[in-house]
Amino acid sequence: MRALSWLYLALLYAFILLPVGALVLFSFQDGRLPVPPFQGFSLRWYADVLGDRRLMAALGHSVAVAAGSSLVACALGFLAAYGLARHALPGSALIRAVLIAPIAVSTLIVGLGLLLLVNRLGLPLSLWTAGIGHVVINLPLCFAILYAAMGDQQRSAERAARDLGASEAQVIGLVTLPMLAAPLAAAFFLSATLSWDEFIIAFLLTRFEVTLPVEIWSLLRSGLSPRLNAAGSLVFLVSVAVVVLLEILVLARRRR
Amino acid sequence: MTASVTIERVVHRYGPQTVLHGVSLEIGAGEYVVLLGPSGCGKTTLLSILGGFASPAEGRVLIGGRDVTRLPPARRPTTTVFQDYALFPHMTLRDNVAFGLRMAGMGRAERHARADRQLALVGLEHAGAKRPHEVSGGQRQRVALARALAVEPDVLLLDEPLGALDLKLRRAMQDELKAIQRRVGTTFVHVTHDQEEAMAIADRIVVMRAGRIEDEGTPDRIYRRPRTLFAAGFMGEMNRVPARAAGGAVQTPLGTLPVAPPGEGEAVLCLRPEALGRGGPCDLGEARLDGAAFLGTHWRVHLVPERAPDLRLVAQLPPHAAPGERLRLSVDPAEVTVFPAAAEAA
Repeated sequence: MRALSWLYLALLYAFILLPVGALVLFSFQDGRLPVPPFQGFSLRWYADVLGDRRLMAALGHSVAVAAGSSLVACALGFLAAYGLARHALPGSALIRAVLIAPIAVSTLIVGLGLLLLVNRLGLPLSLWTAGIGHVVINLPLCFAILYAAMGDQQRSAERAARDLGASEAQVIGLVTLPMLAAPLAAAFFLSATLSWDEFIIAFLLTRFEVTLPVEIWSLLRSGLSPRLNAAGSLVFLVSVAVVVLLEILVLARRRR
Repeated sequence: MTASVTIERVVHRYGPQTVLHGVSLEIGAGEYVVLLGPSGCGKTTLLSILGGFASPAEGRVLIGGRDVTRLPPARRPTTTVFQDYALFPHMTLRDNVAFGLRMAGMGRAERHARADRQLALVGLEHAGAKRPHEVSGGQRQRVALARALAVEPDVLLLDEPLGALDLKLRRAMQDELKAIQRRVGTTFVHVTHDQEEAMAIADRIVVMRAGRIEDEGTPDRIYRRPRTLFAAGFMGEMNRVPARAAGGAVQTPLGTLPVAPPGEGEAVLCLRPEALGRGGPCDLGEARLDGAAFLGTHWRVHLVPERAPDLRLVAQLPPHAAPGERLRLSVDPAEVTVFPAAAEAA
């Protein structure tokens, strides 16, 4: 029985990690095709990727879109959560439901809807429109995380701050935001990783300047190459780094 | 810093429910007043109205003669010690205590010096650099007190401040609260449902029930001569004996007592367990012992009076001798209170 459960665990991890492992392994392929057999270890594809102007530009765009859209989503999510958690509004349950609803909508639908809207408004497609799309998909997530974090303890600390003479701006700046530091970081990093990996909206809403997933996709059309594996591995590395950062910043703090 | 508080006919409603029915109360400067009552009696709502966290539908609140009814908490000369302490978890204890001074625009060095003095006042002079989660519940309670006192409020409001502490610590903190209040001279308004706590610290107790003030006065006056049957029962254990008014006296199954009746007809005679003993001028006949427990300061006994065998009385007898099987009951009429029976239903 015990051996079986270990086997099960091994199979499970293999199933999850094998594709990524293969991707990373063949990014070091010393040959022209990222398929077995493995012909030897080489960093030339990484050099190739890092020397590629277009890929590096797309990487920069991805960082900018991820950081910018996550920042905006966190700010909007915080304001919505603070308002709904602290004030009795008519129909606040409905407002909360509507705010969270976009989670249930496929990104393809969101992307198409935004594309139609942007065309109708006559706006040019750009990294800005892709960023707006990422705010749309990340806002519900940020709102849900922050709303759940605004508990009674926080409310009474805000009350105490008011009692001691703090203005509303001071209450938010000195009590609410510092107390929410961990959930704010969680919301930011989570939406940054989602934006970093997001393809459909970025594909639909960008044109000349594109994000990294879109650039990789256009490379893919010209056939398989270990170069793509190297680019993919770099993307994966960044995602892992962000998740690890999140663990250290948020979960370590919570354990205290 | 201290000021008087005047509450004038304050009415408060939560939706359709009225929780305060025209409450009026005068609190003198430097007085330690305890609002006492069961949960839902409106005592915490009244405290919130004093602190500015709730706005009354009718009536006024004056502090030091100034109408503060519509002022927000930040602009009132009051601070509150909250039931859950409401410390700022991301700040050191020193920064917690200095928060109000910071809001008042005081510079860092000065407010930290003041905060350290406040922490010393509550016995935490070496813990200024710690954070709230690093200290015990009792210590957090002291920090909350120091934080509220640091801004030198005219009136300090305490919302069940000792409710989360264990019994021993609670009794110790009661003495300390009283001592600190004497030292700083600030008016304290303290909410609790614990009558022992109220008696231990209050200059004056205000007994509340269902949004009204039932009784107010010094602890001994409320305990010994309560104005209502509810106040009598809430302030401690009480024997209730059915009675009727008879001329200028009160007739009970235990005998007729020379006590002025509250009116005509049915009445309830209230006897504290410690008033019921041997040696008072009024004889109540013989009683049979129906169980006794030694509680250190006294024997607590259950008695069946011979004149009314269906009654059960609780009495406190001196600790130095075990009570006998039978004893003769007597009472001092000065320790007896009588209420109309109709009041019990109300």
